[in-house]
Amino acid sequence: MLRFLFTVIRRDIMLAARRRGDWLTAQFFFVMVVSMFPLGVGPEPSMLRTIGPGVVWVAALLASLLSLGRLFADDFRDGTLEQMLLSPYPNTLLALGKAIAHWLINGIPLLLIAPVLGIQFNLPPEALWILVLSLAIGTPILSLLGSIGAALTLGLRGGGVLVTLLILPLYVPALIFGAGAVEGVLSGTGAEAHLSLLGAFLMMSLLLAPWVSAMALKVSVE
Amino acid sequence: MNLYYYASPATFYPLAGRLIPWFAALAAILTAVGLYISFFMAPTDFQQGEGYRIIFIHVPAAWMSMFIYVVMAFWSAIGLAWNTRLSFVMARSLAPTGAMFTFVALWTGAFWGKPMWGAWWVWDARLTSELILFFLYVGVMALQAAIDDPRRSDRAGALLNLVGVINVPIIYFSVKWWNTLHQGSSVSLTRAPSMAHIMLWGMLIMALAAWMYSIAVALVRARSLIIERERQTDWVRSLLEEKP
Amino acid sequence: MLSAHDLACERGDRLLFRNLGFELQSGEALMVRGGNGHGKTSLLRILCGLSTPAAGEVRWRNQPIRQAHEQFGREMAYIGHNNGIKDDLTPIENLRLAAALGGRSLDQAQATHALGQVGLARCLDIPARVLSFGQRRRVALAGLMTAGALLWILDEPLTGLDVHGVAMVEQLIRDHVVAGGLAIMTTHQALALDGVTPKTLSVGD
Repeated sequence: MLRFLFTVIRRDIMLAARRRGDWLTAQFFFVMVVSMFPLGVGPEPSMLRTIGPGVVWVAALLASLLSLGRLFADDFRDGTLEQMLLSPYPNTLLALGKAIAHWLINGIPLLLIAPVLGIQFNLPPEALWILVLSLAIGTPILSLLGSIGAALTLGLRGGGVLVTLLILPLYVPALIFGAGAVEGVLSGTGAEAHLSLLGAFLMMSLLLAPWVSAMALKVSVE
Repeated sequence: MNLYYYASPATFYPLAGRLIPWFAALAAILTAVGLYISFFMAPTDFQQGEGYRIIFIHVPAAWMSMFIYVVMAFWSAIGLAWNTRLSFVMARSLAPTGAMFTFVALWTGAFWGKPMWGAWWVWDARLTSELILFFLYVGVMALQAAIDDPRRSDRAGALLNLVGVINVPIIYFSVKWWNTLHQGSSVSLTRAPSMAHIMLWGMLIMALAAWMYSIAVALVRARSLIIERERQTDWVRSLLEEKP
Repeated sequence: MLSAHDLACERGDRLLFRNLGFELQSGEALMVRGGNGHGKTSLLRILCGLSTPAAGEVRWRNQPIRQAHEQFGREMAYIGHNNGIKDDLTPIENLRLAAALGGRSLDQAQATHALGQVGLARCLDIPARVLSFGQRRRVALAGLMTAGALLWILDEPLTGLDVHGVAMVEQLIRDHVVAGGLAIMTTHQALALDGVTPKTLSVGD
């Protein structure tokens, strides 16, 4: 069972390594979206500090959605998804493996880029640290919930935009707790409560999302 | 009572046809009574003036918007568990009505907010959750509309609906939490002054009218969905031939 | 071993077939016939468990395949319209990955051997993207050989294959059935499986 999970993850990482162009697109998207905000609202440091956590978080949501469109789509098109669904292991494990791989490929780079962007937004060091921590807990949620949307919209025209429509409202708690944690540090109220709630939301997503997205995959490949 | 009997589209179709006029009539009567109470019998609020009367539409619409989402989720769950086509039809027929009520709640909320707080929109916890609920409705309907195959469309919509219904309390909680942390920017809709009995009655009757309306409209939609989907079956063919 | 009971299938609002049933024993082959759009592919997808039938059920070793997911997954191999190979990986990587996902181990030598048998000995290390359609079909067939499955479900296995390829598939299926395997397939061409007479099943009439 565990071997299957690791094989799914290894496979996706291997494929992503062969297509680095696609992978870089989502990362640059993240950087660019965040960089647009100071241009839009002006470079005033205290204002940037206020909006910083929210902007980085919203950009992270969008960047993860951008890459989610392809989570199952390529495998669906060339028939490997069918083959994986027919494997002797539970489909939930497949969905979980795909979500974990998505996080490793697309979530972790966001964690590494985020502090640099935070500095652009004039965030103090302790807030940067919490920003990374909140993204570390929050981005797996984005991959998990997003995998449901990706599975539901498999093979539909305009699937990419549709995923956004379906999944963005479900991301609201992650956004609130995640960005809230950083704001908590900035305003001095502390980040623990936000981070624990974010953690609880992660646990729930981890329990439910793979199961739902496995069902969604079954519905979509029929 | 044999549930399977009523779960068959062939028996449901004429039954719904007979029930629709009743629900429609009840909806009309209750709306008339409710509006009369809310406009002529309910006293003018000493703080909010006449403008407050919009809550007789706003509050029932907000109730219905949440309730319908849960009812849809109920039918979705039944449909996924027992593979009953009628349940999916019910869930699908309710979605536009639910979205409509959500929209009405948002719209009237804005109308209420303008005289009360001087702003069309405040990021109040309830209004914000309502907005996100509206997004959830839009998501389900967009997904159903994007899938041509009715079977897949039903199931995909149902799954999304269930994920949404699990998420709604979390979203509500998170929004409320977010709201309390940003005290400066918000005014709460929740602290209602003690309402006169007649106002409560007006609201309840309007809520009942909204119920009846939702049922009637959902049944009409369900009937046309059934006809569309079962047009290959013998009973629909014979039905269509009877009444050309 | 494999049996179908009262299967019905709908596509959109069209009923493709109903009350379809059959039984297949070890060492038997089944040829599914029917015109375009009559539900051959839909039937095969139901048999392999990708789709759920509108009514009826499929049993493998007397157990509904839904419940025997694990066992059925080990003993069944399916080739659909898509070959199920990744364009970015080489044929060898494809085979080894497919084996790993199926819970089997396949070493480099075995994979090379299988690819040699389907006539791809010279394309081992190039990405599948640059292979022709027929060559990719052959990779899928090599995957079928290394899957070690008892039941083969093949949807149009001959598509895109040249004369040698067709002969190879015929030989492959024949050997499999003679050795006690089961095969279910659809083809538009006649198959020459000397020594084996497949049962036939027509859908959608």
